[in-house]
Amino acid sequence: MKVTLKIWRQKDGNAQGSFGTYQMDDVSGDMSFFEMLDLLNESLVMKNEEPVAFDHDCREGICGTCGVVINGRAHGPLRGVTTCQLHMRSYKDGDTIVIEPWRATAFPLIKDLIVDRRAFDNIMSAGGYVSINAGGAQDANATPIPKANADEAMDAASCIGCGACVASCKNSSAMLFLSAKVSQLALLPQGKVERKERALNMIAAMDEENFGGCTNTGACEVECPKEISLVHIARLNREYLRASLA
Amino acid sequence: MNWFFNFFDSSIGKKIQMALTGLMLCAFLIIHLIGNLVLFAGSEAFNGYVGALSSLKPVVRAIEVILALIFIGHVINAIRLTLENWRSTEKKYKVNGAGETSSLPSRTMGVTGSIIFIFLVVHLSTIWWQFQVQHGGGHFYDIVMSANIGFGNVLITILYIVAMFLLGFHLRHGFQSAFQTFGIRYNKYGTFIEWVSAIFWLLIPLGFVSIPIYFGLLKGGF
Amino acid sequence: MTLNSKIPEGPLSEKWTKHKFDLKLVNPANKRKYTVIVVGTGLAGASAASSLAEMGYNVKAFSYHESPRRAHSIAAQGGINAAKNYPNDGDSIFRLFYDTIKGGDYRSREANVYRLAEVSNNIIDQCVAQGVPFAREYGGLLDNRSFGGAQVSRTFYARGQTGQQLLLGAYSSLVRQMNTGKVKFHPRHDMLDIVKVDGHAKGIITRNLINGKVEAHAADAVILATGGYGNVFFLSTNAMACNATAAWRAHKKGAFFANPSFTQIHPTCIPVSSDHQSKLTLMSESLRNDGRIWVPKKAGDDRKAKDIPEDERDYYLERLYPSFGNLVPRDVASRRAKEMCDKGFGVGATKLAVYLDFEDVIERNGKQWVVEKYGNLFDMYKQITGEDPYTVPMRIYPAVHYTMGGVWVDYNLETTVDGLFVLGEANFSDHGANRLGASALMQGLADGYYVIPYTIGNYLASQAGGSVSVDDPAFKDALDETNNFINKLMSVKGDRTIDDIHKELGKIMWENVGMARNEAGLKKAIDLIPKLKDEFWSNVRIPGKANAMNTELEKAARLADFLELGELMARDALHREESCGGHFREEHQTEENEALRNDNDFTFVSAWAYQDGAQEPVLHKEDLIFENVKLTSRSYK
Repeated sequence: MKVTLKIWRQKDGNAQGSFGTYQMDDVSGDMSFFEMLDLLNESLVMKNEEPVAFDHDCREGICGTCGVVINGRAHGPLRGVTTCQLHMRSYKDGDTIVIEPWRATAFPLIKDLIVDRRAFDNIMSAGGYVSINAGGAQDANATPIPKANADEAMDAASCIGCGACVASCKNSSAMLFLSAKVSQLALLPQGKVERKERALNMIAAMDEENFGGCTNTGACEVECPKEISLVHIARLNREYLRASLA
Repeated sequence: MNWFFNFFDSSIGKKIQMALTGLMLCAFLIIHLIGNLVLFAGSEAFNGYVGALSSLKPVVRAIEVILALIFIGHVINAIRLTLENWRSTEKKYKVNGAGETSSLPSRTMGVTGSIIFIFLVVHLSTIWWQFQVQHGGGHFYDIVMSANIGFGNVLITILYIVAMFLLGFHLRHGFQSAFQTFGIRYNKYGTFIEWVSAIFWLLIPLGFVSIPIYFGLLKGGF
Repeated sequence: MTLNSKIPEGPLSEKWTKHKFDLKLVNPANKRKYTVIVVGTGLAGASAASSLAEMGYNVKAFSYHESPRRAHSIAAQGGINAAKNYPNDGDSIFRLFYDTIKGGDYRSREANVYRLAEVSNNIIDQCVAQGVPFAREYGGLLDNRSFGGAQVSRTFYARGQTGQQLLLGAYSSLVRQMNTGKVKFHPRHDMLDIVKVDGHAKGIITRNLINGKVEAHAADAVILATGGYGNVFFLSTNAMACNATAAWRAHKKGAFFANPSFTQIHPTCIPVSSDHQSKLTLMSESLRNDGRIWVPKKAGDDRKAKDIPEDERDYYLERLYPSFGNLVPRDVASRRAKEMCDKGFGVGATKLAVYLDFEDVIERNGKQWVVEKYGNLFDMYKQITGEDPYTVPMRIYPAVHYTMGGVWVDYNLETTVDGLFVLGEANFSDHGANRLGASALMQGLADGYYVIPYTIGNYLASQAGGSVSVDDPAFKDALDETNNFINKLMSVKGDRTIDDIHKELGKIMWENVGMARNEAGLKKAIDLIPKLKDEFWSNVRIPGKANAMNTELEKAARLADFLELGELMARDALHREESCGGHFREEHQTEENEALRNDNDFTFVSAWAYQDGAQEPVLHKEDLIFENVKLTSRSYK
């Protein structure tokens, strides 16, 4: 099939960007979205042009490296998949596909479709952990954890940190990302010891990193490739209230 | 007291203020609506009701001041949040798919809120102000129905109806969003909150809007 | 040079304890005077970096990713082994040790493997304490499941995302140390060389992937935890950026490379659909429990699967191995599939696939049963291929998955270069010729949390902390060397893209150094690869500039190393005149086509030393001594 690509091209963070238009004449439905971009890049290299820079790595939906906005949708039109899991059979002959990078002040652009998500690491390093050193842990079965809690913690922990929640949020808020970690640790006894500092410090870090405030539109939940629920944002809000007022 | 300012200055703290003030304003809406519905009981009942309130002036004034503070808090916070969120989203998408991922009311809180604010200014400067000025006369019913500033004026009637429609729109998202902000979102209570929410975004605006429709459109002013 | 593995004296079960006591210590107050460089922040690197920082060392961590959480450890699905014996089914440290040694086809060190089994339990404790949400039973205790190569249930898991959860656990410890300032993390930095001062590894040269800046970093010791080299085949289950550059540059600076030919092929991957394929996706091996593998009896049969009647199907694994059937080990299943396709029985458009059919089990137990057990895998398959495996049989084909070989290290995980340590998949130490499922995560974390924190102290205690800086002339030389290398790459300006050459290398490797190897093929590879290397250096095309972000340049630098490593893999495979684990030489098989080990002549680790220029590498042998297990051979008939 034939598709027309409109891709955001920007040399570096300071440069002025614009859309580049590319005609793809020989796309097969079995190709993944990125294999289609690989094909484009091979042809650009042969024309002595710079290939389109985009972030990607595992190409099986778990590393969280990839992510672009395709026709206005983070990770493309499907639910519960990352961009690397999207295949061209989701498109039809003659389609125009607009590809843009994550847009958020907290994610400055590096090149073309690549943005800098280090702000996520900074939020994590403000409290997304249990403060224990290697070597001193008690036996793993010493503290039973209700299966339901462990399962829900796992739901939250499956966040891959791709940033689709921020990219799809009209306020560029990182609440879903942050809440996934706070919620995971709030559900487990291991995380209870530091729950107060964790909620306060991580929220403070998020605010400092120029993410916007959550207005509960729910777009993040729809676009999250791991389908992380707003329930975790509610739990984060409770944790924060409790930490602030108690 | 440091914790207090930190709390109210953080992004979640601001959300919580929005939610808290929003719910308080919702509570006021109930009382206000009950009062308005007295109109259907005729001019005597309505004049009597407003007159009774006027005789409690100090209490009413105190409540009005509190209400004004809540309202100002709601508005100022909304402005702060909006400005901050603008800062966080300096770059925009060429193709915006928000329509597929979130509801219209949730994305237009600022717009609907602003229009409601304009309505409120009109509302206070006309009906409410006349009530204050004429409190001795007792002709409150006539003020409401007046051809100048009341439902005798088609423009006022339409403004009133549009504003109530937008209020419903605003509360469609705002009410349940407040519960999410307080962390009250569990699957088992979800449906319950949805139902209660419908009282606020559907029934209350309908109640308000029934008055201009009945008196303003159907009865042509009187 | 003779290889000294530094295996401690004494009975197997006391070696590590005794060794820990014998190791020199660095006084707590002095630890802050030392800086350690950790390259790679996956399971092994992140756990090492955080543990060292917790102890008080200063750590400089490097990754070519933007965040430690992107490392490919994250993609491990199945689980992590430990000898906890929670299910009360007779597990023990010795049994885990025994299974791992046997699974590795007796080509790993007893002492290393025993230590791995010994610390396995601490890993689970540590991870639970970090808040890793392992699967639990209704009583609230940890659940275990069984995995290939073991008769006990000892695998801890977090849904199908165990690697992700363990990596995020290690990552959480790492970011905690980043917060304290003990770890300075350098994202998007490619390590391009190590720097030796007076024979000791004292620093590295990196290229900043954002602005192309080539920089030197000094430290008191260097740790590489940079993963495996499966991408030498171009197509593998590895992530796109997985590479051998750090390990290979270390090798060129004097670190021996051990058992490079030991690669693991996984039998149940989604097959290649076209030339545009960029990577392969693994499907859990558990599918073979209920699916039946078959090909048409007639070569080149183009009919649809459902149009081929039962008596014209060849369920070849059930035919060849009546007792194990479809559940033969990974290497056997992989080899047979390739054989069938080579003979023309392959299915699908490319003819490089066999069917994995669930028709019988759906008929027997109902579709719902299959949905509950394999629903997510079936969805994933459908997502990728566009075919519904409930109605059309899956097509599967083997793919390169893991590399057991790696940089040679002694018992302290130190290479033949003083002060250079290698952890995780990047070293060769624990899996012998074949890795068992759920052991990679165990090894990565064992190395990082429980081995290196002890053994590196022994080295550092002999060094004056902070004695080397980037002002040392060795750093200037290394910087020049790296800049020259980059300039040379950029100045080729040829006509072929990097992927084009990489695909050709992958094809040579897959056909000749893949899952079944023979002398003629290996010699052919040894002949073809250097020619391709020449082609690369005379005809590669890299657009853009070196002093800016340049994704093609990144790939080119990696391919340059794969082209050299590929040749060494072929040499190693040619030299090893036996079949063992993942290394199958067609000349060495039993009458039933099973791997035939040669314990008399090949019970050793092949450690290759790099020689400058066009000289062939030199082989050093580390003899493997088995005092606690008896060498036996496998049979799955």
